[in-house]
Amino acid sequence: MNILVLLKQVPDTETKIRITSDKKNIETADLKWIINPYDEFAIEEGLKTKERLKEGTVTVVTVGPTRTVEALRTAVAMGADNAIHVKVEETLDTYLVAKALAEVCKKEGAQIIFTGKQAIDDDQAATFGYLAELLQYPSVTLAVKCDVSVDKTKATIEQEGDSGAKSIIETSLPAVIAVTKGINTPRYASLPGIMKAKKKEIKTYSIADLGLGSETSKTIDSDYQLPPERAPGKKLTGDITTQVKELVRLLREEAKVI
Amino acid sequence: MLNFSLSDDQIALRDMVRKFVQQDIIPNAAKFDESGEFPRDLINKAWEMGLMNIAIPEKFGGMGLGIIEDVVISEELGAGCLGMTTSIAVNTLALYPILIGGTEAQIEEFAVPFLSSPKLAAFCLTEPGSGSDAGSLSTMAKEEGDHFVVNGSKMWITNAGHAELFTVFCTTNKDLKTKGIICLVIPANTPGISLGKHENKLGQRCSDTRAVTLENVRVPKKNMIGKFGEGFKIAMRTLDRTRTPIAAGAVGAARSAMTYAKNYSKERKQFGQPIANFQAIQFMLADMAVNIESARLLCYKSAWLIDNGQEEQGGYFSALAKRHAADMAMEAATNAVQIYGGYGYTKEYPVEKIMRDVKLVQIYEGTSQIQRVVIARHLLKD
Repeated sequence: MNILVLLKQVPDTETKIRITSDKKNIETADLKWIINPYDEFAIEEGLKTKERLKEGTVTVVTVGPTRTVEALRTAVAMGADNAIHVKVEETLDTYLVAKALAEVCKKEGAQIIFTGKQAIDDDQAATFGYLAELLQYPSVTLAVKCDVSVDKTKATIEQEGDSGAKSIIETSLPAVIAVTKGINTPRYASLPGIMKAKKKEIKTYSIADLGLGSETSKTIDSDYQLPPERAPGKKLTGDITTQVKELVRLLREEAKVI
Repeated sequence: MLNFSLSDDQIALRDMVRKFVQQDIIPNAAKFDESGEFPRDLINKAWEMGLMNIAIPEKFGGMGLGIIEDVVISEELGAGCLGMTTSIAVNTLALYPILIGGTEAQIEEFAVPFLSSPKLAAFCLTEPGSGSDAGSLSTMAKEEGDHFVVNGSKMWITNAGHAELFTVFCTTNKDLKTKGIICLVIPANTPGISLGKHENKLGQRCSDTRAVTLENVRVPKKNMIGKFGEGFKIAMRTLDRTRTPIAAGAVGAARSAMTYAKNYSKERKQFGQPIANFQAIQFMLADMAVNIESARLLCYKSAWLIDNGQEEQGGYFSALAKRHAADMAMEAATNAVQIYGGYGYTKEYPVEKIMRDVKLVQIYEGTSQIQRVVIARHLLKD
């Protein structure tokens, strides 16, 4: 089975984000990059699916500048068989990223496509939907369990919403499955894996190679703004009865949680 | 030619271990410290990640990596928990004698099985009556036909309670002093081996430390590593290789102590300002930084020398590295507790554990005093 895993390299969550002077991007010079954590779940699910089926290949794909090869090598060090890099130096919008990924999925004859439910940098949660639409494949998001049938023609997916509500969805394959936290615990890369990943040849495409040379992004980012500074906490004073009364009032009237 | 950067692979290795330490070791370190329980699952995880037995050569299916990779691994593990670092590192210590002095058949029989499952081995050199003076050991191996019969006791044996294989140094004739020492590989289930209790230690409490007693233990002669009388040399060459990773563990521990102390000093306010503003605190932090960087450089140099075949010079540098790393880490940890003040003295904060753990690095695998003896002997030899 041809299992594809789509991943995105994102700034480390502990990195301090700064915005470029033209406000069209973030400063990337000193950033530490990681694999989008939801995509790590997708890698693990790809590997697990292969292990459960006892056959198949796991191919990881990313769209991005040269630095993103590092994310692909990490995925190979975790156990992925192949890696594909769509090399672009400029930022593409979701539409063009999905177009590029769709071409790769077609070339590779993807039978199931895993990705994270969203990337933690821009939180768009859009790529998997665009991709499914472009490929005319079904898509399921918020997957916390995914069983591929023995004949590999369908998958049964357990979907869990934020409220904890669950539903079971059966889909034909190929399909795009967007996974969320709880589906698995991603394995660590291994030292032998790192040694293997170093030697792994990474297939590289340009946008033109994928027949998209005349395409341009349909949206542009124009005005990044940092979130407002968080207001300081409130300190309650007075005797214990006053404090409790005030706390209950605040929880009810300001925080509106009780 | 002079180059201070790690390769891409070594950086990937470092980042992988760092992630493991942050996600799995640090959240569990205090719990295992408190209970003294052996962190078997975490050790298995480290094995799965390929962090153990890395020196087994490629032609035997291993990775054939050098001391520098061990140093990278140890510093990161040491930044999380030195007790776990020790437990994870001991296989390398116990298997090196086989890799250094063993025949291909012995490597195949005794070392290679460690690649296929997370088994543990233990290195048995120290005895109740011989510590720093390792050459005076008195565990006796008597020849009897095609066997040795071994009698004696070994002390402070790390992982003894969980090991499946012991690398045991014994003497065939005490009059020959170090020239009478041989190295035997003994499966743990051999009749006549008994284990002492899990020692209740000041620090590195989750590492399993026990006495091992050998009574009429029959060991086939084919289990002897190297020739008659080569045992002591094999032990010393082994320690020349493992001393540097041990030093690197202390560098990691000191790095953590500094990071904790630095962060705390920026938050803690006295006299109306963060204590990081006071020179008394700044000087302690600055000294930690100098010592950590210099100890790390000594580790890298010593590892580089050994990995590049300059074993004797590498052995000397490993003594420099371990003396400096162990002593400076003790100072860094003590000062980290000092910066935390009363809070640092409690188990609510992580620095007192580092102080207890790192004390052992000044003692095991050659005390700081023995390192100085080695260093001075080298300086004065001509």
